[in-house]
Amino acid sequence: MPANAIIEVKGISKTYEGGVEALAGIDLALPQGMLSTLLGPSGCGKTTLLKIIAGLIPPSQGEVWVKGQKVDGPGPERAFVFQDFALLPWGSVLRNVAFGLELRGVAKDEREQIARKHIHEVGLKSFESSYPHQLSGGMRQRVGLARALTVDADIILMDEPFSSVDEQTRRKFQEELLDLLRHKKKTVIFVTHSIEEAVYLSDRIVLLSPRPGKISQIIESNIDRQDENPEEIRRDKNYLDTVDRIWQILKQYV
Amino acid sequence: MHRSLPPFAWQLISFALVFGIWEFAGRWPISLAFPSFSQTLLALFSMIADGSLAKAYLITLQPLVIGIALSSIAGIGFGIAMGLSRSVEWFSLPVMIVLQAAPMAAIIPLLTYIYGIGLTSKVLAVVVLASPVIVMNSYKGIRNANPSLIEMCRAFLGTRQQEIVKIILPHASALIFAGLRLGLAMGFIGIVIAELLITPTGIGDLITYNSSVADYPNMFAAIVSIIIFAALTIHALERLERKLFPPEIRGLENAR
Repeated sequence: MPANAIIEVKGISKTYEGGVEALAGIDLALPQGMLSTLLGPSGCGKTTLLKIIAGLIPPSQGEVWVKGQKVDGPGPERAFVFQDFALLPWGSVLRNVAFGLELRGVAKDEREQIARKHIHEVGLKSFESSYPHQLSGGMRQRVGLARALTVDADIILMDEPFSSVDEQTRRKFQEELLDLLRHKKKTVIFVTHSIEEAVYLSDRIVLLSPRPGKISQIIESNIDRQDENPEEIRRDKNYLDTVDRIWQILKQYV
Repeated sequence: MHRSLPPFAWQLISFALVFGIWEFAGRWPISLAFPSFSQTLLALFSMIADGSLAKAYLITLQPLVIGIALSSIAGIGFGIAMGLSRSVEWFSLPVMIVLQAAPMAAIIPLLTYIYGIGLTSKVLAVVVLASPVIVMNSYKGIRNANPSLIEMCRAFLGTRQQEIVKIILPHASALIFAGLRLGLAMGFIGIVIAELLITPTGIGDLITYNSSVADYPNMFAAIVSIIIFAALTIHALERLERKLFPPEIRGLENAR
């Protein structure tokens, strides 16, 4: 286990009611301040694992420790970004972004001030009073991201956040996400089924094999993100090699 | 055909056609007890003018308003409890499904037997017809709450109480309101049956009295007036509903 592990997953198994075995014997340590990806084909339990780390689903066996504390439910140090955005349809962008703070009982003026700052950060300035149905998929997910940033959690858990966003929007969003998170020094756990997305975004890729979900391999990509501009990464030899290496491994499960 | 007439013109034509056939059938006449459209309309105006219609509605509306108010409070409360608690659901869902499907008008004679011929029986007739749909809509509204939003609320440390107040109830409000509208429609049926079946009062009295003295235009005017009154009230509620709960923001599920 790395010394700076912020999340430790110890012997997690999950069997759903009805006997479907989603995860079996997962051991994993995720380092602080890095973007790690859980990658695998559908049915490998990657979302289940993320939700267990979030404390939204109880494991059948094993424990998750976050910042030295055992997880038995959601906590203030973890924020979640949902695949289907999970925005209140009757709430404005401002209300949705401030919703985490609203639940925590932060006064209206204060929480809206904080929310405005993060709305600007994700590029939604002047959309504060719009409603979700008036926004595109990409913009809705920006609201979801801003909501997660607003509660100022150290760890951001993202469940296939770009899967319902079109390709062009996704690329732009990925670049901005990298930029934003580099400045914030957040720990991010990112679930995806896209190899390119995983390699492009993350320092460390956890490959899961399906039925039941097990860790197949952990790959560290040595792409230098500090110097290169985001466009360059996609042409980097390291990037292309890593994508190919992962495909060779995942191929056998498809 | 495709581009010629606006929708309201078609509606006008439809009304004109129905009233035209009615006028023709009344003048033919197909029965001595069937007045023409124009006779009915004149009778309606004279009943409005001499105040007898207003007096009748004042009496009819009393049990209707009390009954709908009672059904709303109890029905919404009960429906919400059914939606939130599994044990209340198991206990009452089968009964509610039977009540909603059953021809509840059949138990009005029983109500008269127990509660007599006064206001209580009429209020209960409204309650018995209106409350099942109000309960079921409230229950479905609560049950339909988006599981993803509930998970989001939990992930951001919402308590169960916040989950109910900030997610489940706002989500259910459109369906609950639709339940009230359907409940009122049932309430109109309930009050008319009660006034015809229990003791003739209000609008039921106008219908029965004029029928017994063979004043058919007046009798038809009373019937037409309650139909128009119910249709306009329900239509107004429907417009209010669309204003309060625009479909893109709430109420993707259809009522019923």
